[in-house]
Amino acid sequence: MNNTPLPKDIPLDLPLPEWLLVILLVVSFLAHIVFVNLMVGGSIATLWAEIKGLRNKEYDILAQEIAATITVNKSLAVVLGVAPLLSINALYTIYFYTANSLTGIMWILIIPMVAIVFLLTYLHKYTWEAMANMKLLHIAINALAVAMFLFIPLIFLVNVNLMLFPEKWMSVRGFLSALALPNVFPRYFHFICASLALTGLFITWYMGRKNYPFEEYFQVFTRAKVKRIGYQLALGASVAQFLFGPIVMATLPAKGFSWSMMSVILSGVAVAVYAVYYMIKTLRGSDADLNKYFRRIVISMSIVVVFMGSGRHVYRANALNPHRELMAQKTAEFEQASKEAREQALNKQAEANEAIAAAEASGDNTAKGKAVFNNYCAACHKETSLLVGPPVTEMKEIYTDKKADLIKWIKSPGKKRPDAPQMPPFPQINDTDMEDLTQYILNIK
Amino acid sequence: MDFPLFHLDWLNDRFLIAMIAIIHVFINHGLAVGFLPYITLLEQQGVVKSGPEDITDLAWDKMVQRMMMVGFVITTTMGAMTGVGIWFSAALISPNSIGSLIRVFYWGWFTEWIVFVSEVVFIMIYFLTWKNSNKSLRAKQRHIRFGWFLSAFSWLTMAIIVAILGFMMDPGNWVEDQSLLSALTNPIYLPQLLFRTPTAMVVAGAFGFLLIMLFTKKDSPIRPTALKTTATWVLLWLPMSILASIYYYNVIPEAMTANMSTAVGTMDFAKYYDLLKYIILIATSSLALLAIWTLWKPKKVNLIIVIIPFVLSLGFLGIFERVREFIRKPYVIGNYMYSNLIREEDYPLLQRDGILKHSTYTSITEITEENKLEAGKDVFMIACSRCHTSQGINSIIFVFEKMYGEGKPLDINSMKAYIPNMHNGRTYMPPYPGNEEELDALAHYIFYLQQSGATLEGAQSAGAHLNPTHSVEHFIEQKTKQQ
Repeated sequence: MNNTPLPKDIPLDLPLPEWLLVILLVVSFLAHIVFVNLMVGGSIATLWAEIKGLRNKEYDILAQEIAATITVNKSLAVVLGVAPLLSINALYTIYFYTANSLTGIMWILIIPMVAIVFLLTYLHKYTWEAMANMKLLHIAINALAVAMFLFIPLIFLVNVNLMLFPEKWMSVRGFLSALALPNVFPRYFHFICASLALTGLFITWYMGRKNYPFEEYFQVFTRAKVKRIGYQLALGASVAQFLFGPIVMATLPAKGFSWSMMSVILSGVAVAVYAVYYMIKTLRGSDADLNKYFRRIVISMSIVVVFMGSGRHVYRANALNPHRELMAQKTAEFEQASKEAREQALNKQAEANEAIAAAEASGDNTAKGKAVFNNYCAACHKETSLLVGPPVTEMKEIYTDKKADLIKWIKSPGKKRPDAPQMPPFPQINDTDMEDLTQYILNIK
Repeated sequence: MDFPLFHLDWLNDRFLIAMIAIIHVFINHGLAVGFLPYITLLEQQGVVKSGPEDITDLAWDKMVQRMMMVGFVITTTMGAMTGVGIWFSAALISPNSIGSLIRVFYWGWFTEWIVFVSEVVFIMIYFLTWKNSNKSLRAKQRHIRFGWFLSAFSWLTMAIIVAILGFMMDPGNWVEDQSLLSALTNPIYLPQLLFRTPTAMVVAGAFGFLLIMLFTKKDSPIRPTALKTTATWVLLWLPMSILASIYYYNVIPEAMTANMSTAVGTMDFAKYYDLLKYIILIATSSLALLAIWTLWKPKKVNLIIVIIPFVLSLGFLGIFERVREFIRKPYVIGNYMYSNLIREEDYPLLQRDGILKHSTYTSITEITEENKLEAGKDVFMIACSRCHTSQGINSIIFVFEKMYGEGKPLDINSMKAYIPNMHNGRTYMPPYPGNEEELDALAHYIFYLQQSGATLEGAQSAGAHLNPTHSVEHFIEQKTKQQ
């Protein structure tokens, strides 16, 4: 049973201690994913509100207000994504790049797709008034953006999933077959729900801020109403996580599980229960108390995010560390073999030099030149027959007693023969070598 | 060898990186690094030219704000994504080299990232607070000061990334001591930065001309003034850009210049290269002409005479990047890794044992008569496919037929004699990394490609085959035997 590849690693040291790299990876990834969540969740919420806005103008205003935040969040999402990309590239070079390569076309399509979806969000945002009489078309622009926002995370998930399982690499034939690995979709829905939950809390905060001029925008809606919308979204999505979470766990291959990982995840779940309890309590309470537990909810949800992000990393480390250990051993073996081969080649070179010296000592004054010839010329010239260019015997006929012309030609040849390609110039051959080379050519027998 | 290789068999792998990188450089130089000081200058001019009662000339300010909006939208969408795209495409096409560079330059890139995050935040603040800053003179002045600060920041991001680019062309002392500092102080760094700075300003001026024409009406009084400011801006930076490009060429290390002239030595390239020189000459002089014409007859400027130098100046920048890439050959990281992703120091081992023996992704463990073509294909994928396709752009058939005669059946023995020595004649080619049997298989495969017109699928669609001696199972079995 040979099915798990064991390549060698990039033979350079990590740029910083591994534990530090791991911390940077997890922290920067969480910062990135929070803004990705707000961008994806925000665009879905905008679509929902703008459609409702067809009947009730207030929802249209709500949609416009949420839409204004997407373009800011998306800029932060992209720019904050660079650090985790850098860190995962350094820490898991072999695993990440292999997954990229096996899903290559879809992976590179992320670039134009994200650029297009960003342009669509700007178009949507800046044409709100101009397209007021073409509402359906305006909604369609955002619907297209939402569809793309929903698709692109799948590509990322396929990659971060595939990189964990070298034993599956040989069975993958392109993006679609990697998509079919069992735990891609559960993780995907887990991500979408997280996006909606965070967006709900974001709406509650953003429009509930004291210096947000709520009354300038809305005539009918009250702050309380919009805050409740945010809370409901957060609550619904969080409760759905209690369904998707177990499915994710059930479909993850066993190899990365450990008690430490389970304890991190279950602690996260416990804190999530706490947050959900206070969301329910807030929604059942009066409008005056809508802010009462907000800080508590946000802090506990942040803790959930940190626990889940850490659990995710512990799983990845568990899943890959045995393979990484073997890979390090293999890389060391290769380095050793490479070093030995280098020494061997040096010895061979020394022997060849000795042989030339011996030949010279015995009176053969073309041995050195022949070595130069083999290096630079033998690709196209043979001694007595035509290869790409004419044979050496012919050179001797042309250039006997015209050594200077021969050297000039070698350094910068022209084109003489209609049936042969032009020779490349060899200005890099130094004077001593050139002397030996012409000696050989002009003394060929 | 260590990765299943992504391969675009018609477009050519290098083309993918080049396309993304060149779009990124256009946007970065033209709409960020050069554009921000240019826009700030225009914004300031609006305040200066307005009456003592006004905060700024509102029509003028509106025009400048709309120009900035174009810069803002394009840099935060296509600009940002093509920047990430360079990494994505490099990871696909050249995983070993980008993986190595990240390990050396992690802190450089990390610093770059912090500066870059700040830049994006600052650009958003600058653009999104524009409207509110028009409420008082103090706010407006603060906004303009912020613009200058942002310009400096934007330049700093470029200054860091250029160090990385410079390193890849000439690693200086890095091969010896492998430290970040020696990579950053490599000899091409300052000349390249000196070249890019004024050139970014010039390209921003070319964008400026175009945007002014788009955002002002023909008879608008602000158009001639704005055009004249832009013309002065371009004329100020253009001589520096030209001088810096001459200086830049002169300091490119000897070996690289020789290498470049080798490439130029081929007839086809000589023609192409001459053309490039003319485009640079025409682009700079057409911009200079446009600027002088604008100063002389600002009302007689139309869209067409603005667009031509704009397109040419983009060509100017593209050509510089092209040459910069080309003179790196045969290396992808100078004196360390060849463009086939094989380290120079591993050559003796691979040439002794063969590359397939040390490759994780090949099904061939021993070359026989039956599997020769399959073996040749794997050798081609590992040793040639980063730059050559089977039948597409820069195909292996094309380059051999150019040498041996178009349409003529390729001669297997000639190719076998040529390949191991080609790097001596064609100094942009890395040496052949494999052994004799692999050479035979490769030559047969190339002949087969020519005769059959077959193409080569990359790992993104064909998947990968595992070398049974490079599996976890095999490795553990070997270890068991040692016990």
